[in-house]
Amino acid sequence: MGTPSATGGYPAPLPDRSAGAGYLQHAPGYVLNDGPKLVTGRFVHEDSFTLERSVATGGYEGLRAALEMTPAAVHDEVRAATLLGRGGAGFPAGVKWGFLPPGKRPYYLVVNGDESEPGTYKDRLLMERDPHQLIEGCLIACYALGLQQCFLYVRGEMALAQERIAAALNDAYAAGYVGRGICGSDFSVDIVMAWGAGAYIVGEETALIESLEGRRGMPRLKPPYFPAAVGLYGQPTIVNNVETLSNLPWLMVNGSDAYKGHGSESSPGTRMFAVSGHLRRPGVYEVEHGVTTFRELIYGDNFCRGIREGHELKMFIPGGGSAPWFFEDHLDLPLEARPVGAAGSMLGSGAIVIMDDTTDAVRAAWRVVKFFARESCGKCTPCREGTTWLEQILRRILDGEGRPSDIDLLLDIGDNISPGPYPVAAHDGSEAVPFPPRQTTICPLGPSAVAPVVSTIRRFRHEYEAKITRRDPIPIEVVPVGASQ
Amino acid sequence: MTLSPANEALAAEIIGWFPRPRSALIPLLHLAQAQDGYLTDEAMRRVGELVGATPAEVKGTAGFYEMFRFEPVGTYLVNVCTNISCLLWGGEELLEHACESLDVEVGGTTDDGMFTVEEAECIAACTEAPCLQVNYRYRGRVTPADFDQLIEDLRAGRTGIAGHGVLAQVRQSIPAERLAGVFPPEQAREAPVWLARNGADG
Ligand SMILES: Cc1cc2nc3c(=O)[nH]c(=O)nc-3n(C[C@H](O)[C@H](O)[C@H](O)COP(=O)(O)O)c2cc1C
Ligand code: SF4
Ligand code: FES
Repeated sequence: MGTPSATGGYPAPLPDRSAGAGYLQHAPGYVLNDGPKLVTGRFVHEDSFTLERSVATGGYEGLRAALEMTPAAVHDEVRAATLLGRGGAGFPAGVKWGFLPPGKRPYYLVVNGDESEPGTYKDRLLMERDPHQLIEGCLIACYALGLQQCFLYVRGEMALAQERIAAALNDAYAAGYVGRGICGSDFSVDIVMAWGAGAYIVGEETALIESLEGRRGMPRLKPPYFPAAVGLYGQPTIVNNVETLSNLPWLMVNGSDAYKGHGSESSPGTRMFAVSGHLRRPGVYEVEHGVTTFRELIYGDNFCRGIREGHELKMFIPGGGSAPWFFEDHLDLPLEARPVGAAGSMLGSGAIVIMDDTTDAVRAAWRVVKFFARESCGKCTPCREGTTWLEQILRRILDGEGRPSDIDLLLDIGDNISPGPYPVAAHDGSEAVPFPPRQTTICPLGPSAVAPVVSTIRRFRHEYEAKITRRDPIPIEVVPVGASQ
Repeated sequence: MTLSPANEALAAEIIGWFPRPRSALIPLLHLAQAQDGYLTDEAMRRVGELVGATPAEVKGTAGFYEMFRFEPVGTYLVNVCTNISCLLWGGEELLEHACESLDVEVGGTTDDGMFTVEEAECIAACTEAPCLQVNYRYRGRVTPADFDQLIEDLRAGRTGIAGHGVLAQVRQSIPAERLAGVFPPEQAREAPVWLARNGADG
């Protein structure tokens, strides 16, 4: 006991989260910091999830504003705001909505509330703390696109979120905000909550649709690349993330110009980031998109306030378990898709995991790989077999059973899932992991498992080697010629 | 057990909200699991009848999803997260402590049938590491002492956490007169009225 973190032993003390440190007792994890609050504005209220509180604080005003406009004008407003998808890929919502083929009705809206990417923790807060904002966002999208059916798919393990959404929908139906003749208009739409049941891959949009059709949640073959062409029941379908849709009420009330007044030009508005790991004040922060840097977020007084006492940064994951890892030299990048992409990773799902100098790079990589091996849906061979082998090889290195050829083997398996270039010799950390990854797989889950392995081998190859050379040579069992098996 | 009369009624209501009955499969399996604590063969057969799937299809689908159980588990399913953020704050050690103090292996159930301990993947509470769920209700920044206290509270029935299988305590329900109307896709080809009113596409 006593030795901290991933090197073994129980870490103590845990970071302080007493009131006054910015934490809201009723919203565990959320930190109320300075800055514009477009989606978490209501979180300060303990009863933020009720219809009464929502309506008393401007709830459903965005819907009313939208109903005053033509559907096409609402769509234009979303397009003008450059509202980027918050689910991982960062695709502009207004552009995606434009992919619905005219005349091929009905269309469906599916809300992706399956949040399960390691490190990601924001959609759950939005669903638990402000379900009416999400419902309002769905209504605005349905109005703009001429949709009469919306499915809100919530991760199976999130019992409280399901409870809050069910209660909010019941209240919203009763109050005339959802269902037939919304707010006395001729706009009618049903919103139905659906459940997941414990499968990370269901977060992938085509797998989500399969699951909603009552099947195993396995991704569909592409093309078509977007469910907007062929989605639920073969019909054009928009899949949007919870946070993406939660932005719509503010956007409709305040307009796209005001929206673009926050954040940077290519990434307007705010974004929720879950910053976890070895920090003084880990938490979920609503941050101005595109302008804040990793350094400010990690060290700034308004944010995480630095690495925990007595330690230094070793590495960090900038965008959820699927993202290639970053190091100290990346700290000054802004939280914006393009520069992060150019540096070889992604902001992904807004999950940043900070690891300090006590962290064993191999063990950390192994844990993320183990996740992907466990969650691979098994539909394609490179992912099913490859992730399993990556995990087993990393495990044996950790157990002191590593073989000298294992580093090359890891890279070779990685290359089969996500073809390089992985210059095997480049272990000085100078080159980025290729991103976006090329893939031999149906979906990006397979390549996601390669990212942590290659990232850590590049930068901490010596840690791998130290673990491997410490072991005794493998005894080779010589089977005499002619011996039966 | 097959579905109770109350659950039959709920099932019929849920099926009515989806354009195709098969879409109600996972919600109905959750209903069955809430009823019995796990999925019995009888309940799965009944759910299959209701949504138009064979028993093999039902079981094949249910088996893909980790939350569905085909055998009884403890009254309280304790899922300890050991994924990356929790690992950094001692998630593995917490899992070890859980297994030691309850005298079970990972995945095992205590002799009195009270607790099953599982290793969980990220449960979206990473800033509250190390964290766990008991029947999908959260506890964050759990020290070994907190864990022991939690177990004591659960044994004494002091937590208000329902038995395994029960998720949300509130269910969605849509009064018939408020339902906008659910149709299979082939009966919903028309552009909705508010678009037509605005002269948009058909
Ligand atoms: C393996 C995998 C897992 C994903 N998990 C999620 C998820 O949990 N939540 C989510 O919103 N998007 C997830 N996505 C992204 C979705 O496929 C999709 O891009 C997103 O929901 C679109 O919403 P947006 O445009 O609003 O971001 C995942 C993608 C992949 C490949
Ligand atoms: S890459 Fe993995 S998770 Fe994705 S479809 Fe293939 S096997 Fe399934
Ligand atoms: S890593 Fe444990 S909750 Fe996310």
